[in-house]
Amino acid sequence: MSEHVSPSLYQQIGGAAAVDAAVDIFYRKVLSDDRVSHFFDDVDMDRQAAKQKAFLTMAFGGPHNYTGADMRRGHAHLVLRGLNDGHVDVIIELLGATLAELNVPQPLIAQVAAIAESTRGDVLNR
Amino acid sequence: MPSITFEGQDREVLPGETVLDCLLRSGVAVPHSCKAGACQSCLMKAEANVGLESAQAGLKDTLRAQGYFLACSLRPSADVAVSLPGGEVRTAARITRLDSLNETVLRVRLRVEEPFPYYPGQFLSLVRSDGLARSYSLASLPHESDLELHVRRIPGGAMSEWLHSDSPEGETVWLQGPAGNCFYVPGSPEEPLLLVGTGTGLAPLYGIARDALAQGHTGPIWMFHGALTPAGLYLTRELQEMSARHANLHYVRAALRDGGVDGVEDGELDACIRARLPKLAGFKAYVCGDPALVNSLRKKLFLAGIASKAIYADAFLPSSSPSPLPQSAACT
Repeated sequence: MSEHVSPSLYQQIGGAAAVDAAVDIFYRKVLSDDRVSHFFDDVDMDRQAAKQKAFLTMAFGGPHNYTGADMRRGHAHLVLRGLNDGHVDVIIELLGATLAELNVPQPLIAQVAAIAESTRGDVLNR
Repeated sequence: MPSITFEGQDREVLPGETVLDCLLRSGVAVPHSCKAGACQSCLMKAEANVGLESAQAGLKDTLRAQGYFLACSLRPSADVAVSLPGGEVRTAARITRLDSLNETVLRVRLRVEEPFPYYPGQFLSLVRSDGLARSYSLASLPHESDLELHVRRIPGGAMSEWLHSDSPEGETVWLQGPAGNCFYVPGSPEEPLLLVGTGTGLAPLYGIARDALAQGHTGPIWMFHGALTPAGLYLTRELQEMSARHANLHYVRAALRDGGVDGVEDGELDACIRARLPKLAGFKAYVCGDPALVNSLRKKLFLAGIASKAIYADAFLPSSSPSPLPQSAACT
């Protein structure tokens, strides 16, 4: 029996092309959702789109340089503004909805959600 | 504390201070305007690379490679020797003609003797002989003999008052740039274009629209020009004639107050856009002018379905000095 390496999560989702397809859909959902949109009111859209892209690449299991410390630093000011577990839940929900819209199978969406979930402690500065 | 060497003299940098603030504090007249890393008026050159990357956003690769940086964006952590850019990045220009486009907007025409390649819609820094600098967008096309800028009169605004009141026709000024990515890119002639601007945000859009038409753009070009009142609109006749000549150019004017007459729409620009263009997916958009409006509009256009990469925004940041009054003729 031959052995083969199974494709990574990132490859299964579709790699960089999938990130490109997802980033606008995801960011639009975030900006349109009253539960979280106020955190994005005063951010520069260009910079934010670049961050969303880096975040999605990481959540899709792709190459990234994110560290827990980056996550803490990047969200510390939002924690001061009241960022909590409920908001993280919304983001993970919107991430799942984005992937569902792109017809990504549910088991892969669950894996993405798990990666996003793993950043919760750092994002909320716990 | 690190020190900055300028013209042979060392100046100590205070904690958190930028190169620009340090030099201004010690009496060096560095041209500057927005102090936000956008207008590029405070371009300087460092003798060594001391971690300049964070202060090089938006600069051309050729300038980056030579150690140019924006003095308002560099907080040095090591000693650095810096100099002001010389003739190698500046082009002399003569003010050839000034005419009023409405009560507050002046058309400034400039002639350069050397080639000054640019794309209509990009911006340049206009530097007066005493070093005063402001950024303005280019409304002209490269084949035209003169460069064209639109300058709004700002009470107490040093550059705009000079241009409006002192009639400096014939004077020589310096141009730095051009810069910015708000311009027409050929290759998709059928793509629908949305051009939205307030006040002198019309300048880059006027350049972009004429450039697109000159390059044979066949897709619809929607131009929305907004102002507080109808008196703030300008180039109306020219744009009406253009849209009469080009069936694909649609020109809409809107005023927040006193609209509803003479073909001027009454109300917010985004409502005017939505009323005419309910489906925006697939458009490429250019949004120029007042920063608050630019930022809110680009978000609305994105939510209305335009891809984030297809929105080019140019927020005209106010100049931070030397006038204490808010200014907005300077642009990013």
